[in-house]
Amino acid sequence: MNGTSRVAERVKALPFSGIRKFFDIVASRKDVISLGVGEPDFDTPWTVREAAVFSLERGATHYTSNRGDPALRQAICRYVARQFGAQYDWEKEVLVTVGVSEAIDVALRTVLNPGDEVLYHEPCFVSYRPSILLAGGVPVCVETRREDQFRLTRAMLEKAVTPKTRVLMLNFPCNPTGAVLGQKDVADIADFCIRHDLLLLTDEIYAELTYDAKHVSFVSIPGMPERTIFLHGMSKAWAMTGFRIGYACAPAEISENMMKLHQYAIMSAPTTGQKAAAEALERGDEAVAAMVAEYNRRRNYLIASFADMGVSCHTPAGAFYAFPYIGDLGLSSEDFAMRLLEQKSVAAVPGDAFGQSGAGFLRCAYATGMDNIREAMKRMAEFVAEIRAEKKN
Amino acid sequence: MDELLNILKTNARTSIDDIAKMIRTTPADVAARIAAYEKEGTIRGYRTLINEDHLAEDLVTAVIEVRVQPEREGGFDRIARRISGFPEVVNMYLMSGKYDLLLFVAGRNLREVASFVSERLATLDGVLSTGTHFMLKTYKADGVLMDGEKSDERLQVSP
Repeated sequence: MNGTSRVAERVKALPFSGIRKFFDIVASRKDVISLGVGEPDFDTPWTVREAAVFSLERGATHYTSNRGDPALRQAICRYVARQFGAQYDWEKEVLVTVGVSEAIDVALRTVLNPGDEVLYHEPCFVSYRPSILLAGGVPVCVETRREDQFRLTRAMLEKAVTPKTRVLMLNFPCNPTGAVLGQKDVADIADFCIRHDLLLLTDEIYAELTYDAKHVSFVSIPGMPERTIFLHGMSKAWAMTGFRIGYACAPAEISENMMKLHQYAIMSAPTTGQKAAAEALERGDEAVAAMVAEYNRRRNYLIASFADMGVSCHTPAGAFYAFPYIGDLGLSSEDFAMRLLEQKSVAAVPGDAFGQSGAGFLRCAYATGMDNIREAMKRMAEFVAEIRAEKKN
Repeated sequence: MDELLNILKTNARTSIDDIAKMIRTTPADVAARIAAYEKEGTIRGYRTLINEDHLAEDLVTAVIEVRVQPEREGGFDRIARRISGFPEVVNMYLMSGKYDLLLFVAGRNLREVASFVSERLATLDGVLSTGTHFMLKTYKADGVLMDGEKSDERLQVSP
C-alpha cells in the first residue's frame, strides 16, 4: 500500500455529515435531553406493527417484485390521489424504495449527466449535496432566509438558474427549518420549472406534518406530474423510520430507469416494511392526525418559550423542527450547541450542519415528549441568560 | 373537541401557563375557559389514573352480569337505579344479549364482594340471576397500558 489510500478520490472528497460528529459527542454523555433527534418519538401505530407481525407469521419473508408489492403500490396510488390530487399508474409509475434517502440517490443518478446543474436550497437535509455530487451533478445552492420564513421564492431561483440547470430539488415542509410553501409559492415555482424546462425532484416526506394550513403538493399543479419525481415515505408522519419504506412517483420512462438502478443495488425494499406500509396508508389517518395534534402543541410551546427568553424564531409551519436564531448571542452555532450540552445537558444540532447558511441557527426537534420539552426550554432559558450576562461583562 | 379539553383529558395536571403556550393564548384566557367548562358541567372532575396492581392493599374488582325482570311501566330503569345506588358499584351499563346489566363492583377483598352479591344484589326483588367474574390483572385501563416501562430506543442525534 505504501500509504496510498484504497478509497476513491470522489468518496474521500465527501465530507462527513456534521450531524455525525455531534452525535458522537452526545452519545458519550449521560442523561441528556435531546432535541437533536430527527425522528418521531411516537411508536409506530399498533395496527401497523400488528400487520407487520401478521405478515411474518404468514410467511411473507421473500423478495417482492423489484418495484414493490403490488398491493402497496396500489395503496400508494390511492393515497397520493386522495391526499395530493395526482393520478399515477401503479404498474409503471411507482417505485418502492428503502426510505426516501434511497429514492433521492436513485432519482439523481437516473436523470443527471456529468456536469448537469441541480438547484437546491440550503439549509437542507444533509444528504442532498453529497447525493448530487455522487451522481455526477453540480450542486447549485440557493440560500433561504429567516426574513422569508425560509421559504423559497421564484426570484431567488431566477438568479441561480443557468442554461446547464437540469433539475430543481426541493424539500418542503423543510428539515431543518420547518418552512412550508403556500399555494402561490408552489404555483410560482411550478411555473418557473415549466418556463425553464426543468425536472422537479420534490421530497415531500413531511407533507402530513403541517400546522397552519394543509400542505400543497407540486403534483397537484396541472402540468407538473409529467416533469416531477415525487418522493414520499412512511418514516415521519406514520412514525415508521425503522421500517425503511419510501417511494417515488414519476413519469413511466424515468420510473422504469430508476427501477434498473434500484434492482441492481437493492433488489426490493424490505417485505415486512412494505406490508406494514400498506396497512398504514389504508388505515393510518387517525393515528397520524393524533400525532400531528400533539406536535402542534409542542411547536406552539417551543415558539412561546423562545419568545419568552427573547430568542428570535420564525414560526415553523411544518415538519417537527424549530430553527431559532442564536447568532446575536456572541457564540457560533457549534459553540452554542457544545456549551448548551456541557453546561445544561441539552442537545440541539448546530444549524450549519445543514449548510453554511444555517450558521447562527440551532435545530431543535420537537419529536420528544412535553416533559422533556418543558425541561429543555427551562434549561435553555437559563443558558441564554448566562450567555447574555457573560457578554455584558 | 376543544383543544383545551384534549390537553386536559390527556393530562389534567398540565399547568395553565403550559396550556396557554400550547394553544397560543394567555393564561387568563385558559383559566376563564376552564372555569366556564367547570361551571356548565362539561368538566365533571379531575382524577388520577392509578395502576392498582402496584398498591400494597389488595383491592378486588368483580364484573357481574345480572339478569333482571323489567317492569311494565319503568322498564329497566327503576331496578337499575336501585342497584347503581350502592357505593360498591363503580360502573354499570344496560346491555343487549344474554344478560341485562353489567356491573363493575369493587371491594377490599373477595369476601366483601361475595357478600355484596349474595346478600344485597341477588336478594333484590326483580334480580333473576347473577354471574360473578373476578378480575385478575389490569393490562389497560381508560386507554392507558398498565404494564411495561417505556424506553426510548432512538439514537440521540439523527439527521
